[in-house]
Amino acid sequence: MLELKNISFGVEDDGQEKEIIRDVSLTLPDNKLIVVTGPNGGGKSTLARIIAGIETPSSGQILLDGEDITHLSITERAKKGIGFAFQQPVRFKGLQVLDLIRLAAGKHLTVMDACSYLSKVGLCARDYINREVNSSLSGGELKRIEIATVLAKAPSLAIFDEPEAGIDLWSFQNLIEVFQRLREHIKDSSILIISHQERILNIADEIIVLRDGQLVRRGSRDEILPELIGTSAAIPACRVAEESEAM
Amino acid sequence: MVQFGNIQIDEIQMRLLKEVADLHSVPEGAFNIRSNGKSAARFSTANIEIEPKEGASGIDVHIKPGTKNESVHIPVVMTQSGLTELVYNDFHIGEGADVTIVAGCGIDNCGPKDSEHDGIHRFYVGKGAKVRYVEKHYGSGTGSGKRILNPGTEVYMEEDSTMEMEMVQIKGVDDTDRTTTADLAAGAKLVVRERLMTHDKQRAISTYVVNLNGAGATADVVSRSVARDDSYQKFDAKIIGNAPCSGHTECDSIIMDNGRILAVPGLEANDVDAALVHEAAIGKIAGDQIIKLMTLGLTEQEAEEQIINGFLK
Repeated sequence: MLELKNISFGVEDDGQEKEIIRDVSLTLPDNKLIVVTGPNGGGKSTLARIIAGIETPSSGQILLDGEDITHLSITERAKKGIGFAFQQPVRFKGLQVLDLIRLAAGKHLTVMDACSYLSKVGLCARDYINREVNSSLSGGELKRIEIATVLAKAPSLAIFDEPEAGIDLWSFQNLIEVFQRLREHIKDSSILIISHQERILNIADEIIVLRDGQLVRRGSRDEILPELIGTSAAIPACRVAEESEAM
Repeated sequence: MVQFGNIQIDEIQMRLLKEVADLHSVPEGAFNIRSNGKSAARFSTANIEIEPKEGASGIDVHIKPGTKNESVHIPVVMTQSGLTELVYNDFHIGEGADVTIVAGCGIDNCGPKDSEHDGIHRFYVGKGAKVRYVEKHYGSGTGSGKRILNPGTEVYMEEDSTMEMEMVQIKGVDDTDRTTTADLAAGAKLVVRERLMTHDKQRAISTYVVNLNGAGATADVVSRSVARDDSYQKFDAKIIGNAPCSGHTECDSIIMDNGRILAVPGLEANDVDAALVHEAAIGKIAGDQIIKLMTLGLTEQEAEEQIINGFLK
């Protein structure tokens, strides 16, 4: 279980302090798939990065299973079970997909085991396992490999920052299935997805709405989703596809 | 001492042979092992003849036309501090042959004097022949004397021949000045993959001059390098197109600590149908690469190591 207590985060903008996250407190219980949504610029990705340790909050406290992890490094949090899939996956010259999956698993996986993670994200493993994680891969391919690294890490809290960004409609359906399967095998872990995609909101146990850095709504899917339909917090899949094609 | 085929070598030499030529025992095929300035073992096959030069240090390697899937190993190991040598090795590769040549030099210097091996390799690649050439350089030892390697490589390629060169220097060589020149006739193809890492106060200079003289000749010269600590590298690659041909040179480098790199890609087109491209990029490891690997549980230092290992793989 992860608890955020009074988390705030600010940045310098033109010499002025700008607050991105304002006094956010929330609890992410185990065995739940939680989606954080809200308008662009509302602080969703920043909140995810604060949990992973990539950003340091200006005030507040983060507890993982009761332990204060506010001042732990990214590495230490990863070792304690936090996994993070980047919105824009990183490219590496020379590192192969197999290397990355093995690093994620933290042990020497067989090629067959590593391939199984690629298959889970809808990639034909044989075609990808020895590819370099470089610019020869498309945005959608990289995104799926990114998700596969989080699956291989098997974290107790898996954070996915806008997994739909840059993925085409066909792959998107596959992605929903990946998250559904993750949800089915959630066992003592939890999943946090940053998304404004209606179909991802649709598989959430709980939905949290962030706006202007503040937590404005929180509740079960059935409670929150009807309020969001038609707003930018819940975009239908076809619009997501159009947006990603335009990227 | 350890037994290596029918000769005895010391354990340091054995370790150097593993590093530079991946040799754990006497290789299959033809070989010449040079140890501390002398030929320690030599073996010719029916198709590959190795003979010592007269009046100079070095060997002539004659590979018969049509020789297929055979290899030549010519490693050099030096463990005597203060030894300096200049060696000429010439390779005559017959028409249509298809061979692998593994060279490499390992220096262990535990004394105060500089040790230096300057190897001049000349390749005469016959029509349609294919050569895969692997050259590894390695240095070790705790002495204050430098480990110096100055290889000169000349490649003369006849029509439709192919040469793939893999040049690797990852550790321990204090000073190196490498010059590689190549002349390609029509249809010849040259591929160079250089991997280099310098550390401490090392200096490495790598110069390529590739002349594409015949129609359809192609060259692809790619260097990946890492300069760390206070080391310095210069990569100077020039491709000259004298005919309808295509050439590409690329230098991709990571700098760390106080490392410095000068990349000087050069192209000269003397024919309107010469298509030549160069690329060069130098920069430190991207911060988001380190962060990504840290989110997988690696420390910052482990992340850097993985990124560099992958980059130089």
